Formats: sequence, C-alpha cells, structure tokens
Amino acid sequence: MNIDELRRKAVQIRMDLLRMIHHAKTGHTGSSLSNTDILVALYYGVMRVDAARPKWEERDRFIASKGHAVESLYCILADKGFFPKEELKTYSRFGSRLIGHPNNKVPGVEMNTGALGHGLSIAVGMAKAAKMDGKPYRVYTLMGDGEQAEGSVWEAAMAGAHYKLDNLIGIIDRNKLQISGTTEEVMGLEPLEEKWAAFGWNVVPVNGNDMAELVDALQAAPREAGKPILLMAYTTKGKGVSFAENVPHWHHHVPSDAELEQALAELAGQLQEIAGDRV
Amino acid sequence: MNQIANRQALCEKLLELARKDRDIVLLASDSRGSASMVPFVKELPEQFVETGIAEQNIVGIAAGLAHSGKKPWVTSPACFLSMRAIEQVKVDVAYSATNVKLIGISGGVSYGALGMSHHSLQDIAVTRAIPGLAVILPADRHETKRMTEALAAHEGGVYVRIGRNPVEDSYESDDYPFEIGKAVTMREGNDVTLIAAGETVRVALDAADLLRADGVGCRVLNMHTIKPLDTEAILKAAEETGRIITLEEHSIYGGLGAAVAETVVQHRPVPMRILGIPDEPAITGKTSEVFAHYGISAANVRTVALAMSGKG
Repeated sequence: MNIDELRRKAVQIRMDLLRMIHHAKTGHTGSSLSNTDILVALYYGVMRVDAARPKWEERDRFIASKGHAVESLYCILADKGFFPKEELKTYSRFGSRLIGHPNNKVPGVEMNTGALGHGLSIAVGMAKAAKMDGKPYRVYTLMGDGEQAEGSVWEAAMAGAHYKLDNLIGIIDRNKLQISGTTEEVMGLEPLEEKWAAFGWNVVPVNGNDMAELVDALQAAPREAGKPILLMAYTTKGKGVSFAENVPHWHHHVPSDAELEQALAELAGQLQEIAGDRV
Repeated sequence: MNQIANRQALCEKLLELARKDRDIVLLASDSRGSASMVPFVKELPEQFVETGIAEQNIVGIAAGLAHSGKKPWVTSPACFLSMRAIEQVKVDVAYSATNVKLIGISGGVSYGALGMSHHSLQDIAVTRAIPGLAVILPADRHETKRMTEALAAHEGGVYVRIGRNPVEDSYESDDYPFEIGKAVTMREGNDVTLIAAGETVRVALDAADLLRADGVGCRVLNMHTIKPLDTEAILKAAEETGRIITLEEHSIYGGLGAAVAETVVQHRPVPMRILGIPDEPAITGKTSEVFAHYGISAANVRTVALAMSGKG
C-alpha cells in the first residue's frame, strides 16, 4: 500500500473501532485511536503476516504489550481476514472470544496480554528464539507510555540489549496521558529517549500519527547490527476525533450516539481530505 | 545416606534429554550454581539463556521462547519464581498456554537459616490456584529423574518444587512408573492413610514403619502431583482407611492438606489432620530440625495416628 492508502486505512479502522466500542458500550477509545496509525503501518505496510496462515512459521510477530489497544488490533485483524468482520459485533459480549484484552484464541493474536509490563519480555524470548534457530522473522511489541513505570519493562530492556537482538523492535505509544492524568504527573518518565539509549537501544523518535514518518522509520530507519530498536512514537491520545484528543477521560470512555455520529463525520471528512491530497 | 540432591538429578536427566532434543532450552536467573546446572551450561551453552536476577523477565522470555517452538525449563529459586513472577506465570504461561517448565529450586525451608524471605511455603497455594498449571513435588532423586522424563513428554505449563539438599531415598530405584496426576501407593494399610509430597514422603514412610510395630496398618500415598490431584486415590483411601493425615513442607493454608481436605470434605468426609507450617514465619534451621519443630516427624505422626485410631 502507498502512504495515502495507509492513511485511508487508518481512518477506516478508526471508524470501525468507534462503531465496535459504541455497539459494545465498552472499550479503550482514546488508547486505540492513539495507536491506530502505528498498527496500520505495521500490519499493512511493514510486517509479513498472512491471514490464511496465522501460524506461518516465518511470519513477523506482533505483541500488544499495551493490551488495551485491543480494539484497533481486532478491527485490523478482521479487516485483513483473520476472522469475519461480522464477529466484531460480539466484542465484549457474553462468551465472545473478542474479549477486552488480546486473546490468543483469536486468529492472529499471538499471546494473551493486558497485564502491563509483560510484552517486551515475551518479545525478547521470541526474538532470541529466532536468533537461536537462524530464522529471519522480526518481533514487534507496542508498549504504552504509562506502562514504562513497570519494572519488568526495564528487565526486558536490559535483556534485549544484552542478547543483541537487532530483530526486536519496541514501540512506545508516547501520548503522554494515562488514566489518572499526564504521565509526568503520575510518574515522571522523561528523559525517556535517553533512558532507552542508555539501556543500549537504537532509539528512533517519530511522529506516531504521521504515516509517512512511521513507515519510513519502520522500514528504512538505520538499523545497527546487534542493537534492538526503540521507536519512540509521539502520538495524540484520542487522535482523529476532535473532542477526544488529549482528554484523559477518553482513555476508557464510550461515545454516545451523538458523539459517534460527530466522530464518524469528522473521520469521513479526513477521508475526503486524503483523497483531495492526491488530486 | 544418599548424597545426590534432587536438583542434581534433574540437571543430569535434563542434560541427557537436551543432548538429543536441541529445542530444550535451560534458563537461569543468576542461579545456575544453586540450580546445579553448571554441567548443562558448560556442555550446551547454545541451549542456555541467562537472564540475571529478574524473575518476571525470565518467565516472560521463557513464554516467548515456547511460543516460538522452544522447550524452555526455567530454574530459579522457588521463593522468587513462585511469588515475584506469579503474574507472568498466570498470564504468559498458563493463560497463553505456553509450554514452559518452571522449576522452583531450593524450595520449602531448604534455604534454612536465610529465613522467611528465602523460604517458599506459599508456592503450592499460589500455583495450584492457576488454571491449567500442573504442580509437582518429587520425593527423591529417583522420582526427580522419572518426573523430568515425564515433563519432557508433557505439553503445557508446570510448576515443580525441589529442595536444596540431598534427601534420603524414598524409592529403591528409579525403576517404577511415574505418571503426572497419579499418586503412588508406597505402603499398603487399612487403618489410616498418610498423604505426603516431596521431602515429607520419607517422613511418612518412617512413620508407617513405626505404626506397623504398633499394629496400625498405615497406607502411604505419595501425592507427587498436587495438581491435577489424584482424587480417586484420595477417596479410595478415605473409604478404605477412614482416617487421613497429610504432611507437607508448606503453610497449612492452601497446600497439600487443603487440597486433600477440599476433596474429602465434599465427597467422603472422614477425620483428617493437616501437618505443616503454621501461620508464622517458619523457624530457621536444618530441614529436619524445622520439620521436628512443627511435628512433621515420624514420631509425631505416630502419636497423631494412634490418637486418631483410638489406640493412643
């Protein structure tokens, strides 16, 4: 897909996840909107995955360490054909396999996540296995910025550098908001880039809501042999929906009927703008 | 007295298996020495992953390795592996259904004088509450070998606890069938049943010998697998012997005794006594001294059994 197609895809995924959350009356709206561009860049632009073969051995792996990003992940997997799109309507319903954090009973979901601070360790194990077996796949994990307060993240950061896992790409959705307020109020993280660099990672800052920058960073960023990559993706929480942007309350808030209508209208406008860019 | 600790027996057997199966990976958290795994590390460094002192990370890495087709065995002190990393055990191993073997070493009170921080006396309670996770305590070096073979053939998450020091043999050899989830009847008898696991099996056997001299027929069940529990053997024992005494190197809350009692009380209520560590930081000392202090001794089991059977 070219960059405009990826941008359009991201807008469509935002529409899908808003409809899904509205229908289910539950979900992490702000968080999913925030990282939609990152997941679209990965799943449609960068990662080698095949919906017909979810367990294909050579596939790239994605671990949603930030498990509350599950809505964007489910919508993308459904859109790619890992499971029927119709099933999105069961999200969070009684007995559904589409539960509120990633569930590996869903085709395309690698591991159950949601307890924060786990994903990077798992990704280290997968990347280490690839090295041990001489396999070419890469392992990507998306972390939240609030999640950086978990000590286990830093245990895994040490291990990733220690084992020189240059097939491992950590991504932080740096939207600077968590459920109780700003990350710097709750537990100051800055200087976060310097911390990761000090842990031995190749830190690549990027606008995480700019598709061209994201794809470029994921595909063309200078890779240093023997160093894992940390993509510091600066994003806006609630991205794409004006009234949800940068509002902590939208971390886990469900749009009303009127809010959904407005949000979908705004997103439809964005689709037209992207189309207009091309003319 | 046998001089081979269960952890050495495990290393020997695992090394033997890993030579043939290159997917077996050993992990240690700065604990390769205390896990007696140095021979493995020296011979098969390509199948070894060191994580440093990071129990959460070691379990997550193991889950990632398992997800990618490796067969990871995590060796880490039981006290830390079972408590500090328990969320990774719950989510990354059990919930995600990854084939990770968790070996808690130097378990129970085998760290002796190091005190409560290093004793693992809550690990059975915690691990057996996790769905799908098997929980096993081998009795001696022979059982450790058989268990290691059985675990290598078993697909799924397991928590094993083994002690630090050599323990007296409970078996004469390793020539016996070991099946995950199947108790072993070590002594036959119909007056009382002693149910033990791990290092308390030897205590139960000694107690049974004393009681035989008293004319009390004592059945001894080695309940090496605490989960899945062999409820059939327990209910048969309740039915046929009418009295049960459990012995464990664990808090009396949530361990072997509690597991047996849950089964007995719901399906075949009979008088029971639970011998274990009371609700206090365990006294320090050699395992035998600690056991004796809390009545986990052949002499005390004899007293309890005689009282229960009306012969005391």
